[in-house]
Amino acid sequence: MSSKSFEYFMKGVFLISAVISVVAIILICLFIFTGGIPFIQEYGLKHFLLGTEWKPSNTPPSFGILPMIMGSIYVTIGAIIIGVPIGVLTAVYLSKFCNNKLYKLLKPGINLMAGIPSIVYGFFALVVIVPIIRDIFGGTGMNILTASILLGIIILPTVISMSEASLKAVPEGYYKGSIALGATHERTIMSVILPAAKSGVLSSIILGIGRAIGETMAVILVAGNQARMPARITKGIRTLTTNIVIEMAYAADEHREALIATAAVLFIFILIINGTFLIVRRRSKN
Amino acid sequence: MNKFVIKNMNLYYDDFHALKNINMNIHEKKITALIGPSGCGKSTLLKSLNRMNDLVEKCTIKGDILLDSEDIYAENSDVNLLRKRVGMVFQKPNPFPMSIYDNIAYGPRTHGVKNKSKLDEIVEKSLKSAAIWDEVKNDLKKNALRISGGQQQRICIARALAIEPEVLLMDEPTSALDPISTTKIEELIQELKKDYTIVIVTHNMQQATRISDKTAFLLNGELIEYDKTVNIFSVPKDKRTEDYITGRFG
Repeated sequence: MSSKSFEYFMKGVFLISAVISVVAIILICLFIFTGGIPFIQEYGLKHFLLGTEWKPSNTPPSFGILPMIMGSIYVTIGAIIIGVPIGVLTAVYLSKFCNNKLYKLLKPGINLMAGIPSIVYGFFALVVIVPIIRDIFGGTGMNILTASILLGIIILPTVISMSEASLKAVPEGYYKGSIALGATHERTIMSVILPAAKSGVLSSIILGIGRAIGETMAVILVAGNQARMPARITKGIRTLTTNIVIEMAYAADEHREALIATAAVLFIFILIINGTFLIVRRRSKN
Repeated sequence: MNKFVIKNMNLYYDDFHALKNINMNIHEKKITALIGPSGCGKSTLLKSLNRMNDLVEKCTIKGDILLDSEDIYAENSDVNLLRKRVGMVFQKPNPFPMSIYDNIAYGPRTHGVKNKSKLDEIVEKSLKSAAIWDEVKNDLKKNALRISGGQQQRICIARALAIEPEVLLMDEPTSALDPISTTKIEELIQELKKDYTIVIVTHNMQQATRISDKTAFLLNGELIEYDKTVNIFSVPKDKRTEDYITGRFG
């Protein structure tokens, strides 16, 4: 093969690789929307999204997913409340306070956290967090609070890594400029460096939201999974993702379509989150 | 009057002897220029006057640097207070990524000024002293990164002035700027001399002759010659100074 035709050949290989991932995402969209939209049309968008009853085995069955939408939103907000402050402050510590020795211990630890399968987190929460919550608040211990704590931990590596990278990317000149004005190390970091990195920190939070709202296997173990409107944070709930997993195995016909439509709603959530992420990123570049 | 007195000062970066037995007095309300080829230690000397060298790991200093007869490296000396008294302007303009107003107000806020009208007053006064008030007075909320490099450098000067320092250290403040901005900054420095003691590191010998009262020539960490600027550039005593200013090396 001449070098010229080899070049064409390789170009083709790269093109095909690139196309495969695009095709995959298109197929996923097609599957989810062609599977979900007919059901939504038939059942009614308003009934589906705002219905507070999810009773697939009743006659007639009701498929309102508002409890699951609220469930997902509640645990995601909970995860943000718990995970973001810890994650951002950890990133500040790693990038500006931590000595080299400790950094070499902490950083791989955090990277490892990102690689642990979520079912392991779920199991950990089931045997450690659930009993604690049960002792404090009574009940089963499987509720919004437990799921929030668990998801807060799961999003930590996402928040930490990206926030740390953006803190490290802040130009050295800002730091020196502030120190030269007689500001302390702490004030410089909290008033100059952290605000300068805010778009990166915000991006990390948005990615964390995406991670939390999409999490399934860990949540299923500790959220209680009751398909009802969230009442208190010490009551169990069901999220969009867990709703699909729990019932998909035995669902048929309309019920099955309702679950695919649930996935479509989840997918739209993720699209909105990623869109926000892109906007934040683009703004920070300008 | 001497603002700074430097006595038998030696500075090491780890085992590199960067400044060798420096002795010099810096006069109050005069402009002192530090010149010399790259790596001669002029920036290092400048940075030791407000202890910015503290940020460099393994930097050790021996000897004394006195500011108004007080040792700035004494154990009980407050480094943040020192940096409030001895302001600094950097080579590359480094305004913070916030509004012009907040940039100027940052220093005073750091040192405890909270009153809004007091801050307004300081911001206006500092921007006027840095000769940039007229250009930005209608844009105080604008992000300081969205103005030109020359304007940014004057914002940085205004930011340094806002905490009412006694000394202003300038590390090649015009080397990243175009000629017109450079002229503006040089005029400004001349103007500031009335109220501040200024020490400026410069690569540009014309600049040293244009603006400074006294010039120190450093080479390989040694202070070779320190005299009135007119003398240094017309009748240098040391052969090495003469070689440098006539462009034989550097």
